[in-house]
Amino acid sequence: MSEPTAAAPHHDYEKVLRDSAVEVASFDTGDKSVVQKFRNFLHSSPSAVSLIVLVTSLIIFGILLGGKFFNAFSLTLILQQVAITGIVGAAQTLVIMTAGIDLSVGAIMVLSSVVMGQMVFRYGVPVEIAIPCGFAVGALCGFINGFLIARMKLPPFIVTLGMWQIVLASNFLYSANETIRSQEIGATAPLLQFLGNNFRLGGAVFTYGVVAMVLLVALLWYVLNQTAWGRHLYAVGDDPDAAELSGVNVKRMLVSVYVLAGVICALAGWASIGRNGSVSPTVGQFANIESITAVVIGGISLFGGRGSILGMVFGALIVGVFSFGLRMLGTDVQWTYLLIGVLIILAVAVDQWIRKAAS
Amino acid sequence: MTKSILSAAVAALAMGVAFAAPASAADVSACLITKTDTNPFFVKMKEGAAAKAKELGVTLKSYAGKIDGDSESQVAAIETCIADGAKGILITASDTKGIVPNLKKARDAGMLVIALDTPLEPIDAADMTFATDNLLAGKLIGQWAKETLGDKAKDAKVAFLDLTPSQPSVDILRDQGFMMGFGIDTKDANRIGDENDPRIVGHDVTNGNEEGGRTAMENLLQKDPTINVVHTINEPAAAGAYEALKAVGREKDVLVVSVDGGCPGVKNVAEGVIGATSQQYPLQMAALGIEAIKKFADSGEKPKPTAGKDFFDTGVTLVTDKPVSSIKSIATKEALGKCWG
Repeated sequence: MSEPTAAAPHHDYEKVLRDSAVEVASFDTGDKSVVQKFRNFLHSSPSAVSLIVLVTSLIIFGILLGGKFFNAFSLTLILQQVAITGIVGAAQTLVIMTAGIDLSVGAIMVLSSVVMGQMVFRYGVPVEIAIPCGFAVGALCGFINGFLIARMKLPPFIVTLGMWQIVLASNFLYSANETIRSQEIGATAPLLQFLGNNFRLGGAVFTYGVVAMVLLVALLWYVLNQTAWGRHLYAVGDDPDAAELSGVNVKRMLVSVYVLAGVICALAGWASIGRNGSVSPTVGQFANIESITAVVIGGISLFGGRGSILGMVFGALIVGVFSFGLRMLGTDVQWTYLLIGVLIILAVAVDQWIRKAAS
Repeated sequence: MTKSILSAAVAALAMGVAFAAPASAADVSACLITKTDTNPFFVKMKEGAAAKAKELGVTLKSYAGKIDGDSESQVAAIETCIADGAKGILITASDTKGIVPNLKKARDAGMLVIALDTPLEPIDAADMTFATDNLLAGKLIGQWAKETLGDKAKDAKVAFLDLTPSQPSVDILRDQGFMMGFGIDTKDANRIGDENDPRIVGHDVTNGNEEGGRTAMENLLQKDPTINVVHTINEPAAAGAYEALKAVGREKDVLVVSVDGGCPGVKNVAEGVIGATSQQYPLQMAALGIEAIKKFADSGEKPKPTAGKDFFDTGVTLVTDKPVSSIKSIATKEALGKCWG
């Protein structure tokens, strides 16, 4: 292919081309200040900010509290305390990446766990079948969300706000707000408490619930980055019209995301039976807010299409470290809420600042 | 012809109304407004009210908020009751201060207003309060823990698993009551957290459920692993605390006490998960409330408070299978017959 300058002009008016720029269009790679380079680094690795905050907060609480905080037992205890938020957060991450939001995650989680318990204790269903029933309920709730959002074109906020109330009310009506006690479950259906079992490595204690969260996040990380489904999810979140034009079935994509989110919430419900021992219809009241907090602090954009699921885990851990550390320091619990509020606003401010690097 | 049929029908209708009217005027009708329709505590309350109303021939209408804290639905229910011409209202208020002006309208309309379980602020905004003495409930379990430990009570390590950060009155009364019973100086008895007794390891909040109970227990155990007494705001929080103790193998040597008397809680006392619990009686509260409204409708007489208190005490009983000599208690077998949920 010849350069424009090499070609002899056929017409007079083409002569002006002689003096025009000849290099191919390219990105601006010119000199940048350290701040700009840092900003570009953050833009290309969206979970870096939350990782930096997490490490910093670990160091600060480590200095303030010493060995009481900085030991294998305490640190793995924080992992246990955030495992459920982490699992629900994974569901929330998928939804938020499509530029949606799911306010019904906590309610779906509780209803699934109640169904698992009641199947065994009210209907005498074997526990091996009761647990899949709970997962099916989670998937059904997710499907209703997805159907209303993708097919009926209703806004995700409104749909899941409604489903939050509907699912929560169903949960209370169905269970009559009765708790199934830990001792009864332990005697009849210990499999329900499976994710609460633990193993030790030195001083560190890992519950299967923590392992489930880590495996789930690793799996989703792989799926989001290495599979067509994962790349389509990012594409739908970034620009659904462009994704549609590129051949992505946006509606089916959205429905599948909400169904998967429902299934993950059911997993969280199972994990919560393990952690609490009992099946209680009153747990998980703030799981939706906690999961959104983890996602936002984790640097995942609420406008969709950008962020890493690892960031959500770091976000959940930051909240866990702050809550645990501040309680160990003996401060009033309100300070925890106040600081987490500050973190949320900071995280979004940083996200906006990083976005400017793209423009 | 058609005209006369029509007028006959109207006349018959008018006669029907005329006959029906005196009958409904003799009827006493009452309203029960609870926080939610789902909590077993309020379900039992509704049962108690319904049974008593049937016995006394009182027409009962029940209303409830959608969730705990839903004051708007309760306000709407009060307005409905006033319009309906009820003789009295029994209410467990979600917003104990905010609902006062609405209840004043009901009292101005000549209705008897009775607060059940949860006192209004101020307490005299209701004609009478039928409730558990939560301070006594706390004192009973505190005293039981002290006597059970014996000499070891002097250097006990006590954890407090409270309700919410806003320190609602029930939280303060049970927490401070426990301290009084256990022999801890409460300083200001209206405030949690101003005490300086070295036996207190700390206070944490649970939201009154298993999840919060477990996390709070884990946190306090990290603060001091030698905790051997745990005060819990209610039995779900106690069950959560027990899971945390089990995870570190401490469930056998820690004394857990609680308040409520729900059926799962009493079963947990029977199995040694909880050492002792103070049982309260929602059914009794509602039944007494209906009786009071009936009496008020018949004679205009209002209920009087228990001597020495500013409310009518519906009773609280210590439930344990390890009784101590100085406190009257009932065994779990008996308590299971009186429990709720």
